[in-house]
Amino acid sequence: MQEGWMMEREEVSGVTDASDTTDGVRQKCVERALELLQDGLVTSVLGWRRGELPYDRTPAFFTDGEDLRANFLYDGFCGANLSKYLVKALAGGKEGRVLVFLKPCDTYSLNQLLTEHRIPREKVFAAAVPCHGTVDMDKAKALGTSGVTSVEDRGKTLRFWTLYDECPMEIQKKDALLERCLVCRRRRPVIFDEKIGPWDEEALLAEEKEAGERFATVAVLEQKTAEERFAFWREELSRCIRCNACRNVCPACTCEQCVFDNPASGVSAKASADRFEEQLYHIIRAFHVAGRCTDCGECSRVCPEKIPLHLLNRKLIKEMNELYGAYQAGAEVGSISPLTAYTMDDPEPSVVRERGKA
Amino acid sequence: MMKYLKEERLSDFLRLASTLRKVYVPVIDAGQRTSSYRLYESGLCEDSLAFSELLHTTRSAKDFFFPQTENLVEFRMSGKEITVLDPRRETEDFAIFGVRACDAKSFAILDSVYLADPVDTYYQNRRAHGLILTMMCTKPEETCFCGTFGIDPTEPGGDIAFYPIAQTPSNHPDGYALAAQTEKGAAFLAEVERLSGEACLGEAGLLEERDETPLEKAKEKTRETLKKLPLADVKPVGGGEGNLLSLFHSEKWASLSESCIGCGTCTFVCPTCQCYDIRDFDTGHGVRRFRCWDSCMYSDFTKMAHGNPRLTQLERFRQRFMHKLVYHPANHDGTYGCVGCGRCLSSCPVGMNIVKVMKALAAEVPSDAPNG
Repeated sequence: MQEGWMMEREEVSGVTDASDTTDGVRQKCVERALELLQDGLVTSVLGWRRGELPYDRTPAFFTDGEDLRANFLYDGFCGANLSKYLVKALAGGKEGRVLVFLKPCDTYSLNQLLTEHRIPREKVFAAAVPCHGTVDMDKAKALGTSGVTSVEDRGKTLRFWTLYDECPMEIQKKDALLERCLVCRRRRPVIFDEKIGPWDEEALLAEEKEAGERFATVAVLEQKTAEERFAFWREELSRCIRCNACRNVCPACTCEQCVFDNPASGVSAKASADRFEEQLYHIIRAFHVAGRCTDCGECSRVCPEKIPLHLLNRKLIKEMNELYGAYQAGAEVGSISPLTAYTMDDPEPSVVRERGKA
Repeated sequence: MMKYLKEERLSDFLRLASTLRKVYVPVIDAGQRTSSYRLYESGLCEDSLAFSELLHTTRSAKDFFFPQTENLVEFRMSGKEITVLDPRRETEDFAIFGVRACDAKSFAILDSVYLADPVDTYYQNRRAHGLILTMMCTKPEETCFCGTFGIDPTEPGGDIAFYPIAQTPSNHPDGYALAAQTEKGAAFLAEVERLSGEACLGEAGLLEERDETPLEKAKEKTRETLKKLPLADVKPVGGGEGNLLSLFHSEKWASLSESCIGCGTCTFVCPTCQCYDIRDFDTGHGVRRFRCWDSCMYSDFTKMAHGNPRLTQLERFRQRFMHKLVYHPANHDGTYGCVGCGRCLSSCPVGMNIVKVMKALAAEVPSDAPNG
């Protein structure tokens, strides 16, 4: 059964526009990885592994050529940002240099981790891969694609074959993309040892122009009264199950022991024993990563309860931009966040900053 | 003959049922991307299809019996006086509607742990007052694999089973066949019927007697669909002590666990994960001792005075799957600690799950083993 639908998928991807298909990029990634492994320039390859379903991709280290050829995938379902895996792998003594595939937005995380000295640069071979947005399967599901047996990425649209319809269901890709991709103006990598193409600069620029304004939702929330905002977040955070996925996936959360994992800390870390502490967890996390958060959006991608956690981080980014001038964490290695830099002419926002009166 | 409830009378059924006890129904949340059980009240969800067709709530139905946090005891201090308060109260009767076969089976698995000696009275209290109204699946997802563990979604069990019947090829049911599965279920059904008679609802009674042919057809249709599921051929691996050591020492755990970020998503959406921790909450004038779900994926899971028995993510990851696939069956007559609901498949941040683990481990057990 499984063999059957996989073959069907392979055949299907052969039909799509060959100029810039994800499969074309995948092929190039695999070839380059094999070369680098063979030449001994890298000892392992960090990429995305084919899953059991047509859309699930698992981050994985590859060392074997056959395994790479058969199971390495790169396509619109490779949402996971692989940069954080480097921290544990390299600290854990992974031998040699690791070839890592990074989407342009993921390269900001690598830069930030290098800035924070969490990764030794010489042990990383960064290969940037072009990205036109990654799919949020929950959105696709909400559009009615249940019982998915095969998926075809057709550039602007996605086709889903399901158990329940003889004809494939076609949906606009933009309706099923992760929120972060809809506002992405970072389609070009900021750090790489090599770019794996095709890189159509004009097309990427056009996509960036089409992207939405990333602070729009934050601005809408700012227009609400404090009570309304509190109600909004109380409702959203009430679904939190304290699974810690947001923290564990976050490339800015690399503390060796998190305060919330310390039984001696005195906070009820494991469960929502008290609603106030529950909300505090997210607020503390947002403050802790402020100035270091690259807005990669992994927190919201992984949340099983679909809490828009990225909005907390974006609010802080927006505040910082307005107070200290535009700053993008991870845009370059070694940049100093406005929160850790002090200048004599820093603005002095009071503890409570009055909105709309300036 | 079978009892039949027309689709348009489902809300009447739930309304009457909710006069007898609190009824919780699965609804899609406002954001459209998560779902949860909500207390049924008129106007909650006029479009009954929304909850009769919803396959899975984001969190499982185990929350009703084993909530994420629960106060066990409270100590209040005043000077040198300590008052011990027992927060236990007899649970009110309640019913959960729309429970699928996998979740219904999960209650039996939780029972085997919590109702075994020594009985967990907190759990027992809730369980004794809960009525399970199950729903046969008509549109299983690609993530479903309950068949792996011998669960039949066309016989969902519980106290009263609902079987959606569609006369037309569409999947929207025109009505439901109802079958009481227990005495408790039969008594409740009779009570609802009695109430509907008193309320003189409509020309006919709430429930009609109909021929069973459409029910058999509906079951057959679901069975056909099950065969086509992408994970239909997944075989369980483990099954008890026999393969314990070979599985425990498998080299596969290293690569399988490498992607795991150590969050508790799989554990917390899982209908059968049953581990908890007990903590004290400082109330300022004493201590509230509570228990809360714990996850073997966490670094402080089962941390004791001497430290932590599982220091790496590999060991924690292995624990979760060994528990479900080997230890639980070994201790409970071969019953696996997984019901194949597929929640972990759709919610794992990195797409790692028990199906991938079982497939990878299949090579580690001898082929003549029952699940090789």
